[in-house]
Amino acid sequence: MRRRVVVTGLGVIAPNANNVDDFLLALRKGSSGLRHNEAMEESGFGCQVAGVPQGVDALAESLFDEGDLMAMNSGHRYAALAALEAWNDAGFERPARDDDAVDWNTGAILGTGIGGMDTTGEKVVPLVNAGKTRRLGSTAVEQVMASGISARVSGVLALGNQVTTNSSACSTGAEAVALGLERIRNGQAERMLCGGAEGASRYLWAGFDSMRVLCRGFNDEPEKASRPMSASAGGFIPAAGSGVLLLESLESAVARGARIHAEVAGAAVNCGGHRRGGSMTAPNPDGVRRCIEMGLRDGGVATGDVDLINGHLTATSADPNEVRAWAAALQREPGTLPVITSTKSMIGHGLGAAGAMECVATTLMLRHGFVHPALNCEDVHPEIEPHAASIPHTARELPELEIAVKAGFGFGDVNACVVLRKWNS
Amino acid sequence: MTREEVFERVIKILTPHAKDQEALASASDTTNILDGLKVNSARLVDVVLAFEDEFDLEIPDEDVDGVNTVGDCVSMILGKAS
Repeated sequence: MRRRVVVTGLGVIAPNANNVDDFLLALRKGSSGLRHNEAMEESGFGCQVAGVPQGVDALAESLFDEGDLMAMNSGHRYAALAALEAWNDAGFERPARDDDAVDWNTGAILGTGIGGMDTTGEKVVPLVNAGKTRRLGSTAVEQVMASGISARVSGVLALGNQVTTNSSACSTGAEAVALGLERIRNGQAERMLCGGAEGASRYLWAGFDSMRVLCRGFNDEPEKASRPMSASAGGFIPAAGSGVLLLESLESAVARGARIHAEVAGAAVNCGGHRRGGSMTAPNPDGVRRCIEMGLRDGGVATGDVDLINGHLTATSADPNEVRAWAAALQREPGTLPVITSTKSMIGHGLGAAGAMECVATTLMLRHGFVHPALNCEDVHPEIEPHAASIPHTARELPELEIAVKAGFGFGDVNACVVLRKWNS
Repeated sequence: MTREEVFERVIKILTPHAKDQEALASASDTTNILDGLKVNSARLVDVVLAFEDEFDLEIPDEDVDGVNTVGDCVSMILGKAS
């Protein structure tokens, strides 16, 4: 019999908040974390708005020593801070550096979509091109290797179970939760820190700007620039940050009297195979629909029981297709779709961290019984208009929420879906 | 530069890398950098780059091979500087 898995810790570094308490407030208020980005302007980006967590360096300096910080680029800092918050939130103490005990029952699956491009762009390429390779020092490799994200966290918390970094583009964060769920269910771990992180760097975002998939029309109004489900959506707003959920077996959580945020009822991951309209950059709608259906089946949740959708919803032309896929998967006619929102309307698109930050947001909405607003879509896209009544333009109190679904869809035609159930103790 | 001046500047450079700050506080010429101060061996290349910047020197990799203690660092730097 497979084991039940619950969320006992949350941590977040987001463009609109540096901890879970502030994130909860920001979600309720609909606070945007999107700002004009000077580096993007200097580099001639069409889009000059981004979501960058604020005040992170000061926070990191208060928690990590100078030697560690020398080897921690932005993604590492976000991941370590969010993981440490999740760990503390679950009731655990940070182990002392000179304590040799290893927690063999806890691991980490913390993904990243792109990796340490700030280190690559600001250090590796300039120094190597200038013939000064030896000046890179010892810290370049650990900052550009994809697994540096999870490896950094394992060192902070002395984790001894599986520690790895998954990478599935924009479905990375949700996929990490799905992978951690499976590991705990199978009895291979008691606890897994799951989520993802993405650094803040123009080098990371430049390719998307060149593809013309970033929003260019709201550079003078940053807080209006991320417009999922809007008729005037013109692309996504790049963002950075990290979200981490501590998943734990129910028996472990109960045995130690842990506070439970929610149950991870089910999850699914799949790929559309780059067929039926799917490609490296677009989803096969059948793949999206099937992923949602698989997640619900895995969680033993009927299509009619879903109360809240936190969509992938990036503010690109894929939004109408996504809403159609939700309606098809949940077998809902216009007017009956569950409330559907997009955290990206506030914090932008955190790429490999997106699903992770949004899983934290979804867990908070479920636990506290509300839905945060989907900002900037008062002019609902005409193809989404039949479902307009399901879109909250302001926060709504929904104390009856029982089931929330978060999905992420990524380049490569990959999909991930996480089904959360309210914990009624 | 006196030996004492160089010693102080070497200690300052080693500070962020030393995991044993108590040992660093009581360090002497004979203190071993890896075993005594618990500096991660991978970070020695960063320490050497910092020496180059601090003292405006070039330190070839082969000159670092015999450096084990804080005193070895000081002697190497004074030798290069002269």
